[in-house]
Amino acid sequence: MNAPKELLYAKSHEWVKKLDDGSVLIGLSDKAQSDLGDLVFVNLPAVGDSFAAEDTMCDVESVKAVSDVYAPVGGTVSAVNESLIDAPEAINKDPYGAWLVKLTDVSGLENLLDADAYIAVCGEE
Amino acid sequence: MKLMFESSIPGRGCSILPACDVPIPALPESLCRKKAPNLPQLSENDISRHYTALAGRTHGVNNGFYPLGSCTMKYNPKINEEMAALPGFTAIHPLQPEHTAQGAMAVLYQTEAALCEITGMDAMTFQPAAGAHGEFTGLLLIKAYHKYRGDNQRTKIIVPDSAHGTNPASATMAGFTVVSIPSQADGCVDLEKLRAAVGKDTAGLMLTNPNTVGLFDKNILEITQIVHDAGGLNYYDGANLNAVMGVSRPGDMGFDVVHLNLHKTFSTPHGGGGPGSGPVGCKALLAPFLPGPVVKELQGQYHFQTPEQSIGRVKSFYGNFTVVVKALAYILTMGAEGIREAAQNAVLNANYMMKKLGGVYTMAYDERCMHEFVMSLEPLKKETGISAMDIAKGLLDNGIHPPTMYFPLIVHEALMVEPTETESKETLDEAIAVFLRLYETAKKDPQTLHDAPHHTPVRRLDEVGAARNPKLRYPF
Amino acid sequence: MGSYVPSTLAQRREMLEAVGCCSMEELFGHLPQQVLLDRPLHLARGLSELEVRRAMEAIASRNTVFSTVFRGAGAYRHYIPAIVKQVVSKEEFVTSYTPYQAEISQGVLQSIFEYQTMICELTGMDVSNASVYDGSTAAAEAVAMCQDRKRVKTLLSAAAHPDLIQTVKTYCEGSGMPVEIIPAKDGKTDLDALHSLLDDSVCCVLIQQPNYWGQLEDADQVGALAHESGAKYIMSCNPISLGMLQTPAESGADIAVGDGQPLGLSLSFGGPYLGFMACTNALIRKIPGRIVGETTDVDGKRAYVLTLQAREQHIRREKASSNICSNQALCALTASVYLAAMGANGLENAAAQSFAKAHYFAKEMAKIPGCKRRFSGEFFHEFVAECPDVPKAMAALEAQSILGGLPLNGDLSGCVLWCATEQNSKEEIDRAIAVIKEVCGA
Repeated sequence: MNAPKELLYAKSHEWVKKLDDGSVLIGLSDKAQSDLGDLVFVNLPAVGDSFAAEDTMCDVESVKAVSDVYAPVGGTVSAVNESLIDAPEAINKDPYGAWLVKLTDVSGLENLLDADAYIAVCGEE
Repeated sequence: MKLMFESSIPGRGCSILPACDVPIPALPESLCRKKAPNLPQLSENDISRHYTALAGRTHGVNNGFYPLGSCTMKYNPKINEEMAALPGFTAIHPLQPEHTAQGAMAVLYQTEAALCEITGMDAMTFQPAAGAHGEFTGLLLIKAYHKYRGDNQRTKIIVPDSAHGTNPASATMAGFTVVSIPSQADGCVDLEKLRAAVGKDTAGLMLTNPNTVGLFDKNILEITQIVHDAGGLNYYDGANLNAVMGVSRPGDMGFDVVHLNLHKTFSTPHGGGGPGSGPVGCKALLAPFLPGPVVKELQGQYHFQTPEQSIGRVKSFYGNFTVVVKALAYILTMGAEGIREAAQNAVLNANYMMKKLGGVYTMAYDERCMHEFVMSLEPLKKETGISAMDIAKGLLDNGIHPPTMYFPLIVHEALMVEPTETESKETLDEAIAVFLRLYETAKKDPQTLHDAPHHTPVRRLDEVGAARNPKLRYPF
Repeated sequence: MGSYVPSTLAQRREMLEAVGCCSMEELFGHLPQQVLLDRPLHLARGLSELEVRRAMEAIASRNTVFSTVFRGAGAYRHYIPAIVKQVVSKEEFVTSYTPYQAEISQGVLQSIFEYQTMICELTGMDVSNASVYDGSTAAAEAVAMCQDRKRVKTLLSAAAHPDLIQTVKTYCEGSGMPVEIIPAKDGKTDLDALHSLLDDSVCCVLIQQPNYWGQLEDADQVGALAHESGAKYIMSCNPISLGMLQTPAESGADIAVGDGQPLGLSLSFGGPYLGFMACTNALIRKIPGRIVGETTDVDGKRAYVLTLQAREQHIRREKASSNICSNQALCALTASVYLAAMGANGLENAAAQSFAKAHYFAKEMAKIPGCKRRFSGEFFHEFVAECPDVPKAMAALEAQSILGGLPLNGDLSGCVLWCATEQNSKEEIDRAIAVIKEVCGA
């Protein structure tokens, strides 16, 4: 399965990319998008919303399911990827390019998995 | 085929109303709409043919076998329709004086008495318009009951994970927290898990019996006792009452409140998705909380009364009245014996089909079923790639409405078959032959089934496209 | 005894044998003995069709069918074109289930798509669902669309229908959300009171247009006030009135709801009716219930399908914002056929005639001493008038097979809510006026 080395992962299938200014980008892993199937809608949080790790952050919708996306780390939303509102299929096409939200004041990075550990977790499922 | 807006011709229309015989005063411009609505301009002939064509693209119970599990698609008797269309029922105003509506009130009163006898309940409201609406109402009764007793910590409703989706959704709407408990493999309640889940915060349990896989939960008395012992109440989802009416009563199983689906069990039609009717019956302890008004009899006269501690209204007026008229005509036709006979034959037809298909298809549960049974297409899918969906679409080409697909969620590749009692042995035998033929096709020529349906007005649809780019109206 | 079971006794025996049972009792033999009913149901014996007909006709005959009706108050007697009943009696529409199997349900699906289009046209809104139970529950569902974590309180006009007010209150009580009533002044929502009730906890303001007493609200101003404070604006409308009145969209509504009964549905002692719901594009993923969308099949043919289903209870379960499952499909079909038969001109004509007859009625009534209108301001096809002896007037009208207006109580005790539609001829109105005049001693 596809899980780039430079990213961190949560067991709930979100990826986290650390940026130079200390903020992070968050998206859905390749496995998540493949399990969900064709996505038709993304319900993004508002800029300024704050989350603790494991809070429900937003949800994504396929034809037959709505799935919550959990915050893999704590933080405050500083930006959302509005292009996904019109083109949710970008998540299916390019899961590691199609980030959902950008968080600042990040906490709990140490609890995330690296790519190998994440692949191992997925293997157990 | 064309939408009626596409057939519209400017200047065409029907002649319906006479000229106005009083002067039409002017309304200030600011209160008038700026632009006329874009409604179709059609002759009566155009309209008539349009809808005849649409009817031809719709499969109803009258078009053929409709074994849609958990929906009880039984035959809808014609006498019911005629009786509900009597001017004495259709031309009466909901707010006309009580002494001029004694017949309508008699309908509600008599139907309440009959349905209370069938369910073992003491009182009933007809306000809920559908099953889910009934669930919401019943749960509010439970909430009001605990609140009235000053027991404010009962905030949780226990729902097995095999339940219909409306159960947890209704509980949330009624302000409860949902505690989902895993069912046993056979969809029955796991007694140990239930014991562990109940407590001082339990408001009640929602259950359907027979359960959502069509099996009768033999521990039902123990289940309802566990909830009662913990101080909670038991809610019966009447979706599957057709299997047991006249044979066993929810009230005798330990349930305190039930909703019925008159459009399933009591033969009133589904109308392409409504109107239904979802009356809620309850034991005497919950009667003071029913929505008002309810009908009471005093010295041969019927009166409307609002119960003392009523939860309030859940709908305008008294519910879907003429649907209740149809149910009453059905109950009068059937009588005590006919009601029981219907349940018996519903169960017989289901068991017969299960037996005849069982040698070939994999049954999710290899035991006596009630009015419906669940097959798992998982083994076939592994072997041939043919899914429950593919078999369903193959049935469409044979004039049979498919069973319920992919429900309950606890069975993979589920097809849930509910033949109902109004189907003849010949119809069942023909359907069985079709199912067996499709199984053969799955093995020999799976591509035909992947591509099915072939002979329907349209073929498989792009549902992803519909949801990604919603087009919900004609754009003009 | 009546029965709809086609299997003969011989066939039943054959089938029982096939499943390994000797009797029907054995078929239920696995049920615990204690839950089996050990007696026949206490119901009368079953009847033949002719007996059922006699029994039901006898019950129906205990209802009075008035030849003339001047009562509305949420249920209106408009003329129903003959084609409406013919179309909605077609067995395919009557006996089908919810159109989940789209390939063999294009007829129902297309009829709903057409209904949605017509409701959007009528209200001016962007999106309509496939209908809900009735006008009151539509209002309650609309309120739930507006509630979020921060904004929870609903402001509801005292001039809305009492059943609507009670239904919204019951729903909000269920979910634990507060409701406050905006008082009325001279028969309309009091704008000053509304202004002082608005704060940042308010999620929506709901008014009815025309209101319960038939009066026309200052709909634009209510909307402006609601939006100024960040609340959503819900209007409950009479669909016939939309043939001539400003649309909810033009008044700035975020959600338009109402009872569709006036669109070709008979009075039927209160139901079944239908609730229509339409909203702006911004609320498309919040609107509850079934929605039909256009798509294509594998051959590229245009087709219709239930869509945006991920909002619904069968997928979201306890996270769904509504539990609604059924719509009132056959009633929505009725409304569609009615609107097609009437067309825009016919609908406007029905609205204008109802408006005209009610105004003629009010004018004639005002000539009777003690029968003047209670409120000032514009009204549509209902109005509140005083009456010196309400019970006597109602009894005298009833003797002439006329159902008089609805006697009101509380603050409006001694007043009657009158209604006229295009069905009421000038002659009928004049006759009613004569009866009232006589009773009230003029």
